[in-house]
Amino acid sequence: MKKLLVILMAIAMVFSLAACGGTAEETTGAPEETTVKAPENPTIRMSTTTSVNDSGLLPAILPVFEQKTGYKVEVQSAGTGAAIQKAKDGNADLILVHSKASEEEFVNEGYGVERIPFMFNYFVIVGPKDDPAGIKDCENAAAAFAKIKGAGSKFVSRGDESGTHKAELKIWGEDKPDAAVDTWYISAGQGMGACLSMANEQNAYCLTDKATFLSNKDSLQGLDIILGEGEDMKNTYSVIECNPEKLDGVNTEGAKALIDWILSEEADALIAKYGEAEYGQALFTVIAE
Amino acid sequence: MDKELFHIIGVTLRMSFFSTLISCIIGLPLGVIIETGRFRGRRIMKKTAGTLMGLPPVVAGLIVYMLFTKYGIFGSLGLLFTVEAMVIAQVMLITPVVICLTASVVSVSGKNLSETAKGLCLSKSRSLLLFIITNRKALLGTVLTAFGRSIAEVGAVSLVGGNIQWKTRVMTTAILLETNKGKFSFALALGMVLLLISLVVNVLASLLVKGEKTDD
Repeated sequence: MKKLLVILMAIAMVFSLAACGGTAEETTGAPEETTVKAPENPTIRMSTTTSVNDSGLLPAILPVFEQKTGYKVEVQSAGTGAAIQKAKDGNADLILVHSKASEEEFVNEGYGVERIPFMFNYFVIVGPKDDPAGIKDCENAAAAFAKIKGAGSKFVSRGDESGTHKAELKIWGEDKPDAAVDTWYISAGQGMGACLSMANEQNAYCLTDKATFLSNKDSLQGLDIILGEGEDMKNTYSVIECNPEKLDGVNTEGAKALIDWILSEEADALIAKYGEAEYGQALFTVIAE
Repeated sequence: MDKELFHIIGVTLRMSFFSTLISCIIGLPLGVIIETGRFRGRRIMKKTAGTLMGLPPVVAGLIVYMLFTKYGIFGSLGLLFTVEAMVIAQVMLITPVVICLTASVVSVSGKNLSETAKGLCLSKSRSLLLFIITNRKALLGTVLTAFGRSIAEVGAVSLVGGNIQWKTRVMTTAILLETNKGKFSFALALGMVLLLISLVVNVLASLLVKGEKTDD
């Protein structure tokens, strides 16, 4: 019994610590910028998905915004589900995600002001270099998936309700494999990087965003991009401002300023160029307004 | 979900049971020997075991991963992303704990027992057995600690097990997954289930000890 009490106390402590954490976060991180007058509330909390974070785009472009305006952007990254949930719990000022259905739900439930798609890229199917299921000439991802299923080739699924997982499920449609029966279908429930390592280990196919694959390519020697840019593989990213009428403590001014900047020509140019230096190709395409 | 939940609980118990069993088979005798034996390197062994208690689980996971990866030394065994690999990582983590706890249990009664063993002219393996059997009640705590660590571990098992549905997913990695999905309350509920399992195991173990008391 004593043991149980101790455990419960520990849980209670964790909760109270977590509660304190929220307020502490807002007071820290005041920018040291001298050229620009700091805004009243200089901290912007952005909740985004791991794949956006892993691509390295944000650290490449956000400092430009921060220098210009004196804001400080705190980027929290998690799976799409958790990223949205954090915002619903009032722990973010805006979200940057890539899952249309969840985004629309977020706005329709009143948590978000408006869904603004601003850039896209393509999911790619990576797989063993010898392409055992023979998908490289397929017209689109759906056809490739059908071949993988027919051949019973191994396929690693995110299985974590992330934006990438939802995109995968949409491509499978009615033909979604059942992991309980189809042993070739590996539902990993982990992040993009971990799933790619697993595909590399198990000689499996995997649906991934191009950015994460290219940035990890060195450790994925067994894998190649087998199929890219089918019309059903488009991956659109949006920003949504959290609704201050529904959520307390949202830094609306900051969120608006950041969204305006992301949609500006200056940011567009930075996004369109991102990746050229490191990977020899741009990773995102800006959506023209 | 129900069917899947039972599968997850099954994998969790199987993994925890075997990792506890193996680390006890290795750790209990070693703990006794380190505490009561008179040989060179004894202190170093004790310090090493103590240090390894602080081995971060992710590091243990990484070591096992590197050993069993496709091009690793044991890559051809194909054990990566299996329950076996998870047990191996767990044994690495728990055995030092079993050794140290056993040593401290034995240190209390060690001197008297050493003399008893000597008086009875017991062989080395027999006196080892005497130590373990005499201290069985206190050592049960050691076993339970090992089991508790094993069932609650997440870093190593997600790395070497891969959290694969219907295969290597255990309670802790399932909780992590639900958290990443944003289903915080469901994740918390799973955490409660895990606590409940832990409680049942503890109660069963204490019943075992109580049952013995009446026998004495």
